[in-house]
Amino acid sequence: MTDTTETAAAIQTRAAPAFPADRTCPYQLPETYRQLRDEPDALNAVTLFDGRRAWVVTKHETARKLLADPRLSSDRTRDEFPATSPRFQAIREVRPAFIGLDPPEHGPRRRMTISEFTVKRIKGMRLDVERIVHGFLDRMLAGGPPADLVSEFALPVPSMVICELLGVPYADHDFFQDASRRLVQATDAAGAIAARDDFQHYLDGLITTMQAKPGPGLLNNLVTRQLAAGEIDREELISTALLLLVAGHETTASMTSLSVITLLEHPDQHAALRADPTLLPGAVEELLRYLAIADIAGGRVATADIEIDGRLIRAGEGVIVTNSIANRDSSVFENPDVFDVHRSARHHLSFGYGVHQCLGQNLARLELEVILTALFERIPTLRLAVPVDRLTLRPGTTIQGVNELPVTW
Amino acid sequence: MRVSADRDVCVGAGLCALTAPGVFDQDDDGLVDVITPDPDRTQQPAARQAGNLCPSGAVRITE
Repeated sequence: MTDTTETAAAIQTRAAPAFPADRTCPYQLPETYRQLRDEPDALNAVTLFDGRRAWVVTKHETARKLLADPRLSSDRTRDEFPATSPRFQAIREVRPAFIGLDPPEHGPRRRMTISEFTVKRIKGMRLDVERIVHGFLDRMLAGGPPADLVSEFALPVPSMVICELLGVPYADHDFFQDASRRLVQATDAAGAIAARDDFQHYLDGLITTMQAKPGPGLLNNLVTRQLAAGEIDREELISTALLLLVAGHETTASMTSLSVITLLEHPDQHAALRADPTLLPGAVEELLRYLAIADIAGGRVATADIEIDGRLIRAGEGVIVTNSIANRDSSVFENPDVFDVHRSARHHLSFGYGVHQCLGQNLARLELEVILTALFERIPTLRLAVPVDRLTLRPGTTIQGVNELPVTW
Repeated sequence: MRVSADRDVCVGAGLCALTAPGVFDQDDDGLVDVITPDPDRTQQPAARQAGNLCPSGAVRITE
């Protein structure tokens, strides 16, 4: 018997804890993830909700190698794709946006959007982001204390920013914030499908409006150029618009809430940051590393046998790069469970790695810098209105965060 | 140190332009441009870090 044969049996024979697991602290790994992280192997078997097994990648370097490996497919329409929840399973057969495409189809689709997200373009948005942030802070200050930081600030800020970037009317925010929340937090297939259908109907109408009367923004550009030229069809454009709209506000909203909690719970780190604003870009990277809110986004399926770091991934097996675990690899980040704003952390995997790495990452960085600066400058006495252990955390099956964050000042 | 970049595999993440702005830029399409192919000593650490961070393997650093 060869080594290969022995390892090939591993995914079925090894202990395989249920995955994903729920956090019990907004910023620390669930116990299951801590145990997976502390295993010597870079790949460990887990059991998904439907009883299937998948590999979870826990070492940073292995994660980078696999995310850059063309033998791993992002095509979630494949039967073997490791769906992590009934919600995901239900909506994965939809025609995917570029996040679900492999090369060579992926590149041309992604390239339709990247010019809007360059470092220069994003830098040019700083004044607009500041205007939006201060606008919502004005309203929150006028109405409180107390306040719910999520609904009054953390969610509307990135929501309005992504609307302006895409050309989506912010007046529709009640609809798409609700549909978005239902889509990412559906607990069953029916809820996910209903939310997706509502979204598709809305975006279909919006595209018709844009065809009749084009305006500014990325989505308008895609409608008047790529859709008109036949480079993208309507169904795929709807998927793309849905991806950009949802990813553009759910993620930054979660990062904002959890960043505020983390800073308030680490007063020494918070004080160091306030005393030296030059630490801010590094602190944002550390918050991204530490909080890893999209930690189950790295699902893939092997299209060939892959031998890596002493393991064999067989063709057809699911692989999940869990960035919250890879970001806590002690061989890459010293004392990884410690929040340290002085740390150099830009090589975290919270935006993923490989060709699918987050398109909006520099917008996220800008938003978080402006948000954290303005929030604590305007409200230096900001504090949580309930103890951290009383907050209701989102389950491990979706973007990590809180749906409400009572604060006072 | 010599710096080069493969625009065919670039995915426009922008980490190079963010990390080593004197060495890399992005063109109007969002793709990598090497503006300093022979960075001086002060620029080299950032260029090296950009090479390590590039998610697509587009950035090449030869020492």
